[in-house]
Amino acid sequence: MTQTDNNAARQFIKAIPHSRRLGMEVEELGNGKAVISMPYDKALIGDPVTKVIHGGAVSALMDTAGGAAVVAHPLAGLGTATLDLRIDYMRSATPGQTITATAECYHVTRSVAFVRATACDADTARPVATATGAFTVMKGSS
Amino acid sequence: MKRSEPVIQVKRRRDLALSVIVNQVPYIDFLGVSFDRHGNQLTSTMAFHDDLIGNPMLPALHGGATAAFLEVTAIIGLAWASLWGEIEGESLDIEAVQTGVLALPKTIDFTVDYLRPGLPRDAYARARVNRSGRRYASVHVEAWQDNRDRLFAQASGHFLMPQRDG
Repeated sequence: MTQTDNNAARQFIKAIPHSRRLGMEVEELGNGKAVISMPYDKALIGDPVTKVIHGGAVSALMDTAGGAAVVAHPLAGLGTATLDLRIDYMRSATPGQTITATAECYHVTRSVAFVRATACDADTARPVATATGAFTVMKGSS
Repeated sequence: MKRSEPVIQVKRRRDLALSVIVNQVPYIDFLGVSFDRHGNQLTSTMAFHDDLIGNPMLPALHGGATAAFLEVTAIIGLAWASLWGEIEGESLDIEAVQTGVLALPKTIDFTVDYLRPGLPRDAYARARVNRSGRRYASVHVEAWQDNRDRLFAQASGHFLMPQRDG
């Protein structure tokens, strides 16, 4: 992926309405890797007792990071859709802290891109969640 | 449930319990998800709005919005199913629940299959609790849009049940 492509991919991700609504920011992008952050927001609370963010919002972050990693892969085109996504929740994210997902597209075929991702809050030694997913590769990509 | 209980009272009790479970979660409102109840069967609706779009070119729903919708439906469906006995036995202390002491199941893992693109219109989902033990539960969820027979996504996940009496 060239620098121009990289900027195109970055713009592409910034233009996703649902990711924007969740306040996501592209921190790093290129060579099949994407780092995307999502700030804490009270509107995203899933557990009223502990004020922990809903797993669904973490899923949306993982899905965005996964798709971004595919788009940032040199062999995939500028566009993808999720085929499947599995998320394991290791612990509750600490309320008030930004969650950052790092996704890596580790294999691409003519039709499918394979991704793994990890999400952390401020305590980066203990991941909040991990994910694995398969994404579509657009026809016509090299 | 008492056989002689008037139907209006039965519905009011069930609907109040459901609204207490749903309204305590800010994220459900954020997504624009609501629940319809027929007896003990819940159907959730994610009303379409532009902020749910993931691909503006098609346009199609964001995979993350779809995953979140399915997970919300699974958690509420599981909480509802596990409270149903108490709601019907009138042993559920609604006032205690209203003050926010109702703990919800926690997701252990969740796997989503995307079967076709999510169209820019309302989506519906139903959860089925396949196994519900004291500590763990397994739930399957199906989502569709125009046609109930053409699912656009399905998911299954495992959940840790809240320990309500210590």
